[in-house]
Amino acid sequence: MAAPKFENPIVRWIDYRLPVFTFMHHEMHEYPTPKNLNYWWNFGSLAGFMLIVMILTGIMLAMHYTPHVDHAFDSVERIRRDVPFGWLIQFIHMNGASFFFILVYIHIFRGLYYGSYKSPREILWILGVVILLLMMATAFMGYVLPWGQMSFWGATVITNLFSAIPLVGEHIVSWLWGGFAVDNATLNRFYSLHYLLPFVIVGVVVLHVVALHTHGSNNPLGIELRGKQDSIPFHPYYTIKDMFGLGLFLTIFCLFVFFAPDYLGHPDNYVPANPLVTPPHIVPEWYFLPFFAILRAIPDKLLGVVAMFAAIAVLFILPWLDRSPVRSARFRPIYKQVFWLLVLDCLVLGYIGSQPAEGWYIHIGRLATIYYFAHFFVILPLLSVFERPRPLPLSIGEPVLGGGSSPPAGGGGAGAMERA
Amino acid sequence: MAATADGAGGDGVTRRDFLEYAAGGMGAVGAAAAGWALIDNMNPAADVLALSTTEVDLEAIEPGQSITVVWQKKPVFVRRRTEAEIRDAEDTPLDSLPDPMADTDRVQKAEWLILVGVCTHLGCIPLGQKDTDEKGEYGGWFCPCHGSHYDTSGRIRKGPAPENLPVPPYRFLDDTRILIG
Ligand code: HEM
Ligand code: FES
Repeated sequence: MAAPKFENPIVRWIDYRLPVFTFMHHEMHEYPTPKNLNYWWNFGSLAGFMLIVMILTGIMLAMHYTPHVDHAFDSVERIRRDVPFGWLIQFIHMNGASFFFILVYIHIFRGLYYGSYKSPREILWILGVVILLLMMATAFMGYVLPWGQMSFWGATVITNLFSAIPLVGEHIVSWLWGGFAVDNATLNRFYSLHYLLPFVIVGVVVLHVVALHTHGSNNPLGIELRGKQDSIPFHPYYTIKDMFGLGLFLTIFCLFVFFAPDYLGHPDNYVPANPLVTPPHIVPEWYFLPFFAILRAIPDKLLGVVAMFAAIAVLFILPWLDRSPVRSARFRPIYKQVFWLLVLDCLVLGYIGSQPAEGWYIHIGRLATIYYFAHFFVILPLLSVFERPRPLPLSIGEPVLGGGSSPPAGGGGAGAMERA
Repeated sequence: MAATADGAGGDGVTRRDFLEYAAGGMGAVGAAAAGWALIDNMNPAADVLALSTTEVDLEAIEPGQSITVVWQKKPVFVRRRTEAEIRDAEDTPLDSLPDPMADTDRVQKAEWLILVGVCTHLGCIPLGQKDTDEKGEYGGWFCPCHGSHYDTSGRIRKGPAPENLPVPPYRFLDDTRILIG
């Protein structure tokens, strides 16, 4: 499409020198979006919204927070009690982290279900996994800042994971701490990094969106767009749909912020950190529980740590483990079922992670860990070969508008493979 | 390999090649040196390293009792062991230990067991210092985090921890005082 004509002379003047308006027009109006996207495609923009919310509330908190072992706990309590609207900003930031993870986890499972990680979106997917890792680091270090018992002991246990590295492990841990235990030096560097990483996330999100706009969104059918009739402009159609979803999301989010702000937290974190007393039952925030369960499922310290990181790292190579040319689970009868088994498996791991590591919990945790890895390393590669996909529609319009008789098996499959 | 006047050596290496490698090499050394400063900057600082000794008065500790003191920000367990505890520790066959070490190598005076009270699994503080604490299956310490059991010599017996509780460097100043560190 030709460069748009802008009515407003000031806009024209600016655009001639810095083409931001052309850019916006191109990305919002001309950017063709599949017309069949469902609400699972809402979660990316919701996550982006949440990132902005976290940065804004975080900057406000930083104006009142004191990163020192003697003052951190009290300064957060002061934010909640004495600072005007501090309670609101702190509750939004605290619950925001949880909801950010809910959104991103749903966003990831959407990608798994509809095969959005397949060609030509591998880099888009990998950037997403990078964002997940950065979010985890950010949330972990943020949780240390209020310097409660869980902050302190969570930091101790997680940093100690690195002591599992042979030979240099102990040095790495004292380097991470800046001392011989989690202490003031640790708190200060975590604060510094907690402030930095969200902006790194913004940078990676920009790359994520550039990669997205290169080939456009995948869609529930997982087939390529066949032409203009298969797409609609992003604005106003999806902006309005995303805003409706945002309204629903904010309703639920506000229920937590205003009526159950501590529901997702842990009471032990309202006890100031005590380096000499470990709470009887240390658990991470809920969003880390499945990984925590994998860590504990393996009796060897080093292997446990390796398995935990591998659980995320496997997502990096997922596009090459699942070789099936069909993207959407709608047309993959077996994959559709193992997808839900994987969801169930992750929920089981999460539950096991929240329980003490004893008795039956250990066995279930081990089985669930084995299944998790089997899904990626055994089931997906086998399905790529043995599963017989159902016939794909010829175009996005066809299933709705009808297009005569249904196409032969694999007829539309070529669409999915087109760019592979 | 003297370069000729036009810069080309006998083996085709020019003066320009040499300058490129030399400059690139210096650049890499400089970047590595600067990187090292940034990395080392995060290591324990001099004032943290300076907090290196702690003196403990043993006078008030009864047999069977333990106290916790702080050394380098870490808890140190000082236990005055009973006869039975010492016997248990000494009689344990070494081949039944995941991290074999004789009790006599872990104490200076059999009565006094001095340990860094940090679980060697992931750094929790094991229970067992108070009378009311759970002491685990071997009567020493029990780490509640992931269930490691330590015996009356602080040696790992059961659970995910890979090593014994470490013995810090210490010496007896006289019969009732020790200096840790
Ligand atoms: C990716 C986005 C972010 C995530 C996931 C995140 C996560 C967290 C979490 C989980 C906490 C602990 C909340 C509690 O239990 O009290 C926290 C605290 C904090 N965060 Fe963030 N954060 C993000 C962005 C930021 C930014 C951009 C800033 C500053 C510019 C910031 C500043 C703070 C401060 C000062 C605290 C301590 C006060 C408190 O505990 O509420 N955060 N963050
Ligand atoms: S930290 Fe002690 S058992 Fe894990």
